[in-house]
Amino acid sequence: MSLVVDIRHKLGTFTLDAAFTSEGGVTALFGRSGSGKTSLVRIIAGLARPVEGRVVLDGDVLVDTARGRFVPPHRRRFGYVFQEARLFPHLTVRQNLHYGRWFLPKGARTENADRVIDLLGIADLLDRQPANLSGGEKQRVAIGRALLSSPRLLLMDEPLAALDEERKGEILPYLQRLRDEAGVPIVYVSHSVAEVARLADRVVLMADGRVEAVGPASDVLGGPRLASAADRREAGSVLAGHVEARDAEHGLAAIRLAGGAAILVPGAAVSPGEAVRLRIPARDVMVATVRPEGLSALNILDGVIDAIEPDGEGMASLSIACGGDHVRARITALSVERLGLVTGKPVHAVIKTVALE
Amino acid sequence: MDWLALSAEEWTAIRLSLRVSAVAVVVSLPLGILVALALARGRFWGKSLLNGIVHLPLILPPVVTGFILLVLFGRRGPVGSVLDEWFGIVLSFRWTGAALACGVMGFPLMVRSIRLSIEAVDRKLEEAAGTLGASPLWIFLTITLPLILPGVIAGMILSFAKAMGEFGATITFVSNIPGETQTLSAAIYTFTQVPGGDAGALRLTVVAIAISMVALLASEIVAQRLGRKVHLE
Repeated sequence: MSLVVDIRHKLGTFTLDAAFTSEGGVTALFGRSGSGKTSLVRIIAGLARPVEGRVVLDGDVLVDTARGRFVPPHRRRFGYVFQEARLFPHLTVRQNLHYGRWFLPKGARTENADRVIDLLGIADLLDRQPANLSGGEKQRVAIGRALLSSPRLLLMDEPLAALDEERKGEILPYLQRLRDEAGVPIVYVSHSVAEVARLADRVVLMADGRVEAVGPASDVLGGPRLASAADRREAGSVLAGHVEARDAEHGLAAIRLAGGAAILVPGAAVSPGEAVRLRIPARDVMVATVRPEGLSALNILDGVIDAIEPDGEGMASLSIACGGDHVRARITALSVERLGLVTGKPVHAVIKTVALE
Repeated sequence: MDWLALSAEEWTAIRLSLRVSAVAVVVSLPLGILVALALARGRFWGKSLLNGIVHLPLILPPVVTGFILLVLFGRRGPVGSVLDEWFGIVLSFRWTGAALACGVMGFPLMVRSIRLSIEAVDRKLEEAAGTLGASPLWIFLTITLPLILPGVIAGMILSFAKAMGEFGATITFVSNIPGETQTLSAAIYTFTQVPGGDAGALRLTVVAIAISMVALLASEIVAQRLGRKVHLE
């Protein structure tokens, strides 16, 4: 599967000029509100016509303004999960789920209804009316409805934005199962670093209608280009590794990172050998020039500073090479000066919190 | 109780009124939905003009509307002569003409009601249906139409009630011929014009009230049932 998007669009005074490609898996369009993510997804879906450009999926040209080609949304077979569930109020949950199947050509039904219903845990809701569902249930049905239309590509526009933290926690595991089991390429729009870190393989970072950076999730989310100060405060490192051992007595798991370092993570329900991703918020990493003692932090990694960049608001962003991994730290510019931190200086990264994604 | 028994002529007028009103509503319904769609969603030159023409029968004196119909649809009128020559359809002084007059008079009420319900439809739902593979026609049939059904039914009831009570335009266009164009209202009017006709007029008045009440109750029940399904979200 390959998706090629290269478009220019105008909405009032706002200009959207974006290009990216995706080779399957989960591609996140990431950026703060107003950066043009939703407009871009609407163009991919065919709900908006770009002023200029091309959208191509696997050689199937859906939009090409130069040749006057525009395939309307109902002929694209792209599933779309909106911010609000948009369930049809006059149909039951079951009828909502099967709505897209009425319009599929015979032989194009690739999704098995029972499997999708089971995957999303909505078997008990089938005979209910959408009005009687909770926000999280509605969103799960909406995801199921999009999946059952056997889409060639699934577009998700901040599907969790309208939900509270508890409901997000309820749906995120389903999205992960979806990513791992459904095999449909996904374009996922979000402004939440945590969601993107947890789901995305590749990240397209957007700001003011332009693409700022494209790359693997760990590079972009750990990189210095996160769009706004608010995003930078949320910035961090995403590291891949595998579970080496589990200490049931203390409720800890030892993770061996791909670069060689070992990290202890609390409360993780994982089994040895499992591949995992860790997220370390940059603001939760302290830097010490001598190895600290008598400290409650469990994880202190030895490394070498390989980059220092000013980060605005009196802050600096550091990248510390610990073996083969790069851990980001966000500390004050004053600390950089007082400790005499320069590129190439060996330091100790004191990690206060780590989250398993 | 003898005075309550309806004569054959009175029955004829009642049956004719019901038939004229039903035909007027059913025939004008598709056009009413199309015009309501155009007014609610369309962006075209002359939209205000269309809106004005649709609403004319509501503001004009009914006699004027009836006279315009007579001029246009009379046997020698520009539309009437074409209908007569090409299709053999004659409307003037026939019950079908009464249905046309009633349909025209009820049309603005029907269009208003349907237009309001179309404007209340959440277009995001239609967008969602499109991404699920439904073409614009299917979107209309499976999403828009079910959602506006309460408004459509309300419009039909209003138009039916208007047709049952319509007098001025009908009598001007198709006159007051017993058994052909003498509707309930025209029959009551005729009774009041002859000595000793009060009893007949009263009997038909009771019938008119009964029919109106039944129509109103039916619309309430239907609207409630549909409303429960459609307007919960």
